[in-house]
Parts: sequence; structure tokens; C-alpha cells
Amino acid sequence: MRIIDSYWLATAEDLGAELRRIGAEKHPPWSDLVRLANTRLDFVQTNRLDKILQRSLQGGATDSAAWRTLRLAVLSSSTADQLIPALRVAALRRNLRLDTYTGDYGMYRQELQDDESTLFEFKPDILLFAFDAAHLFGGDNPSLTRAEADAFVEAAAQRIRGFWELARGRLAGQFLQQTVLPISHPLLGMNERRLPGSVAYMVDRLNWRMAELADDAGVDILDLNRAIIRDGLTVWHDPVLWHRAKQEISPMAAPAYGDLAMRLIAAQQGRSAKCLVLDLDNTLWGGVIGDDGLEGLRLGQGSAIGEAYVAFQNYVRALARRGVILAVCSKNDEDNARSPFEKHPEMVLKLDDIACFVANWSDKAGNIRHIAERLNIGIDSLVFVDDNPFERNIVRRELPAVAVPELPEDPAFYAQCIADAGYFEALRVTAEDFERGGQYRANIAREDLRASHTDLDGYLKSLNMELRWQPFDRVGLQRIVQLINKTNQFNLTTRRYTEADVLAIMSTPGALTLQLRLLDSFGDNGIIGIVIGKPVDQSIRLDTWLMSCRVLGRQVEEATMNLVAAEARKLGAARLIGEYLPTKKNGMVRDHYQKLKFEIMESKDDGATVWGLGVLEYKPFDTFISLTRSTS
Amino acid sequence: MNSDEIYAEVRTIIAEILDQPDLQISADTKADEVEGWDSFNHINIVVAVEAHFGIKINTAEIEELRNVGELVELIERKRKKQKAS
Repeated sequence: MRIIDSYWLATAEDLGAELRRIGAEKHPPWSDLVRLANTRLDFVQTNRLDKILQRSLQGGATDSAAWRTLRLAVLSSSTADQLIPALRVAALRRNLRLDTYTGDYGMYRQELQDDESTLFEFKPDILLFAFDAAHLFGGDNPSLTRAEADAFVEAAAQRIRGFWELARGRLAGQFLQQTVLPISHPLLGMNERRLPGSVAYMVDRLNWRMAELADDAGVDILDLNRAIIRDGLTVWHDPVLWHRAKQEISPMAAPAYGDLAMRLIAAQQGRSAKCLVLDLDNTLWGGVIGDDGLEGLRLGQGSAIGEAYVAFQNYVRALARRGVILAVCSKNDEDNARSPFEKHPEMVLKLDDIACFVANWSDKAGNIRHIAERLNIGIDSLVFVDDNPFERNIVRRELPAVAVPELPEDPAFYAQCIADAGYFEALRVTAEDFERGGQYRANIAREDLRASHTDLDGYLKSLNMELRWQPFDRVGLQRIVQLINKTNQFNLTTRRYTEADVLAIMSTPGALTLQLRLLDSFGDNGIIGIVIGKPVDQSIRLDTWLMSCRVLGRQVEEATMNLVAAEARKLGAARLIGEYLPTKKNGMVRDHYQKLKFEIMESKDDGATVWGLGVLEYKPFDTFISLTRSTS
Repeated sequence: MNSDEIYAEVRTIIAEILDQPDLQISADTKADEVEGWDSFNHINIVVAVEAHFGIKINTAEIEELRNVGELVELIERKRKKQKAS
């Protein structure tokens, strides 16, 4: 099982015929293209699908509301053209349209230095830097002393940082830096580190140093070397093609390359999956609990297969601890399904780890839909893991937005499969991530409490809610940027900002920045709301207002409004200006400002609206939420 | 697999890479006579042929190939050698 084979993707039935059929259509439906991009494609098939996609886009495809467009520029010291179609297909796989730019071979330096270069004219959202060892170091230099070699490595790292800074001066957006590939040959062998001037050794050190600098510079590392360790360098790099065409990465590896790069981009866009939905029998343990009983399950020490299931559970639990939500979807009697979690001594996962547990005899697609609703997350943020090909196919057919890995038959490879597929790619973890599972569980407990209360007021009162707020600060920065970039539904303007953008806003005089945390009797919901207001004359224009959908229907909007009005008054503003910019996903907040007693000022053809509110006449809403300023 | 069968499969590979389903080629066809068969696609064709037939074409051999017929011969030779070893 190699990463370059994308073995977790389903195999399409008669792919050749499908490609011919879709290729013959003038405007193949976007959804058909996305579906094909989600099947296993070799590099020739990937290139064919990309050609069909480009033709359809150039011909002015009609369903253009279906996707979001991103612009990627690749700055590479070697040939990268063979990777471009695969990058676009990997974007398509994620329902994104990627427009790409590759500079002239080896010209990236000039392009970065020239304000009017075609690179900057292209206005990329994402820059991908890729440098090869020959370009950075020339050849081996065995006579270098350690100090000389260290200086050489540091100089290369600083040169690369210089390129980032050059670009950062002109471009916002995400920067990706590819690791330097280990294509040079050792001169000593196993103890290469004793020869400081060997390129093989300098590349190792440069990759470490570059990653350190990248963390400080807000650049994300595209660590191809991890995939190369899995697959072997020979399938990623072909010396024949290197000498012939300066292709550092073989076309054979292009589909995997595209997917690895797009994972980082999708993560930055808030499009990584959030929830792992697990089948039980033969997925979390060997055997069928309803037939084999507790004693009959293969789980735990004593058998190889039992240990393999434990290893998989360990991986799943570690994912949960870093912020992946877990759900169970099993065809079982509920009591049977729960019993191993409660009674089997070798179970690693406990009921506490599972945010939503569904076991019944209904169809799985319906149950998965129910899980998404219950957790209040998009159906496209689910990954469904089931050993049964029949169930997998039904879910793929009924819910094409759900990722369904083609699980290997042997449980020893389950964890590997989920890891290789990269569904949960994340750029960093925040304190919120560590608490997420508990938060979603508490949310479901709240729902149950609501169901038991006949009146809403009684329920809200019983929650003892506290909205704890403070202006943006460095501690909260990562979470703020994460929310800004991944909130789609409760988001009035869907403006995306990088860390650098947010820091700039924080230092703008007269700007209003609020991060809001909601606490209640079930615990801390974490940061659930972000407001950014920018001063314009005597007004504050609400540039960004977003909230986590987890806290909807709890008067948080009204309480936040009370706070916004009070803070605007403190800043000396007479009016608040609100804006709604419609997207495919944010219809739920169309009437947000109307509900908050703003008056309409402008209504545009595309559905965008502008609203105004006098701050001095503002009468606060009554809510069951107390407001406190955080002292931390 | 005889040379006719290899030839048919090579034609399919080339047609797919050049995105010309009805592409007509013969043993004498040279790369520069075919629309879209540039140096970029040439590499794609070599890599796809290698993967499809499970062979590796050497640096020198790529340089020497003059037409489709020679490519088919080369594939046939390599496959025989592989079988023998």
C-alpha cells in the first residue's frame, strides 16, 4: 500500500468509459467531475480528467455557483508542470476550483523582486515554494569544516526565508514550503552526519531549520519526505527524468503530490474533515457482538488480530484527543453495541470518547445524516469507516459528500489507511481542539435537557450561561484565525484573514475586536464568536461577525449585540454599520441584522445588504446570559 | 503478447495522453509529426509505457527512439528479457 497509489479512494467501475462519456459533453455537471476526482486515478487518468475540467471551465461552465476558486502559484527551482493537473484534480476532489500559475523555469527570484511580474499580476491566494538540493547546495563539498557547513546550511535557510519575506510584502494568503527531497547520495553511509559537507547530511539539517523558520514566519511545510519514507524514493523520483527534464518528482507520483499539497490548502480553508464515524463489528473489534457475545470478540492481547484492533483503537483515540470528533454508526441492538464499551476489559475507546452513538437497524446513510445534524456539523466534514464494502458503497452513493475510505481487509492496516488518506490534516492544534470531543458531548446533553424542558426560557435559564469576552490577543490568535477561515454558515461576510491580517487589525486605532467564550452548567464551549469592527468616520463598520453553530438558539446573538453596542459607544461611535454578503452556505444569517433591530440601508442585486443602527438610542435585549470581561 | 498487441496498447496509451481518442499512428510515426506530442508529453508517454508494461527504459534508449515502431520493438525486447530472467 503506497501513498502514490491513493489506495483509500474507491475504484470507479469502467473509468475509461466514464472519462470518454464525460469528456464528450460540452458542460459535464460539476458534481460528476467531483465524483470522478474522488476515485482512484493514475497520472494519465488524472491528466485526462484535468483536461476535461479545463475544457469545461474555459467553455464557461454553467453551474459556477457550485465551487469556490483558489489561485495557486508554484515557484520551483525544478520542473513542476507535470504536477499541475494533479493539483487541480486534488482541488476538484475537495469541491474547489484551482487556477494555477507556474513561473518560467528558475525565474522565481526575478519574479519575486519585480512588482509588476506576471506572478503578482496573477494575484495568487497560495504560494508554493519548492527548491531542490542541487539548486541550493550545488554539489558535495567533503572538505568543509563543521562550522563552514553549518554556515552554509544557515545561509540557505535564510535565503529561503528571504523569499518568503519578499513575497509577504506583496501577498497575503497561505505560503507552502516543500521540504528538500533527499535525492543526493551519502558519501560515508550510515554515519553520514560525521561528514558535515555532504549534501545528503546538509539537506537533513536544512529541512529541520526551514521548519523552524517556517513556524515563525507563518509558512506551512509540505513534508513530502514523510510520504517518501512510506513509499520509497524510487517511486517518487526517477533519475532518468531528472537528467532529461529536471523533473524532481516523477509524473507517477503527481496524483499523490497533488493530494498532499491540497490537504494543506484545504486545512487552511477549513475544509478538513472533523468527525470520524465508526462502524463497530469487524471495524473496532473482530467478530460480531450480537452473535459472538463479549467473550467471543477478538480484541486485545493474545491474538495478532486482537492486537491489531487495539492498535487501531489507540490511533482513533489519539486522533480524538487532538480534536477529531468520534461517532459510532452500527447496525446492532443498542444495548449490544454499547456492551463492549462498558464491559470489555481490552476496549481502548470508552463511551466517553464517542460524541454521538447511533446503533439501530435503519440504513446507515440516514443514520449518518442524523449524526451530522445531531453534532451540528456539515455532512462534508464526516469520514465513515466501515469494513463492509456493501455499506461503504451505499453511503458513497447516498451521501457523496461523506469521505468513505476503501478500508484494507486486514485490520493491521486500518490506522495506516486513515493516516495516509489525510482526511484530518491540520495545521496546528489549539487548546480548543483538545477539548472538542467533550464539548460536542456536552452539546448533546444540552439538547436532551432542552427536550425535557417544556418552555425555552426555563431551559435557557437553567443553563446559567456566561459570555466571557475580551479583545483579540496573541494567546487567542490561532483560534481566532482558525474560526475566521473555517466558519461558513454563521458568517455574515465570510472574509478570510491570515495571522498577519489579524495582527494588522489588532493594531488599527479605534478598531473593535471581540473574542467570545460561552460557559454554561455543562462546561466551557470555548471561543464561539468573533466580531471585528473597523472605524469609518463616526461609525463602526462590522467587518466580520461570525459564530459557531454549536451555540445557536441560545440568545448569544442578542447578548453579543448588547456587548457590541456598549463597546462601540465606548469607542465614541454614533452608528454601527452591518453587512451581509451572501454565499452558498450562509443563508441562515440573511436576516441577522434585521433580527437585531438594524435598519436596512442598501440592498444589492447579488443579495448583499447593508444595515445601520444608532448606538446612542440602542436598547439592550433581555437575555439569560451574563456578560463578563475576561481578565486573562 | 505479440508486437501487434503491444502496438495496440501503445496506441491507446498515446491517444489517452494526447487526449485524441481517434489518433491514427503507424510504426513510422515520429513524435514531431503528431499534434501535441511535445517533450512534456513524451515523458508522460514513456512513464505510462513503463508502468503499463512493467519495464524501465534507460536514459540512452529514450534518446535513441525515432518512431513508434522502435518503441514497440523496445518494449517487446524488454519483456522477453524479463521473462527469460
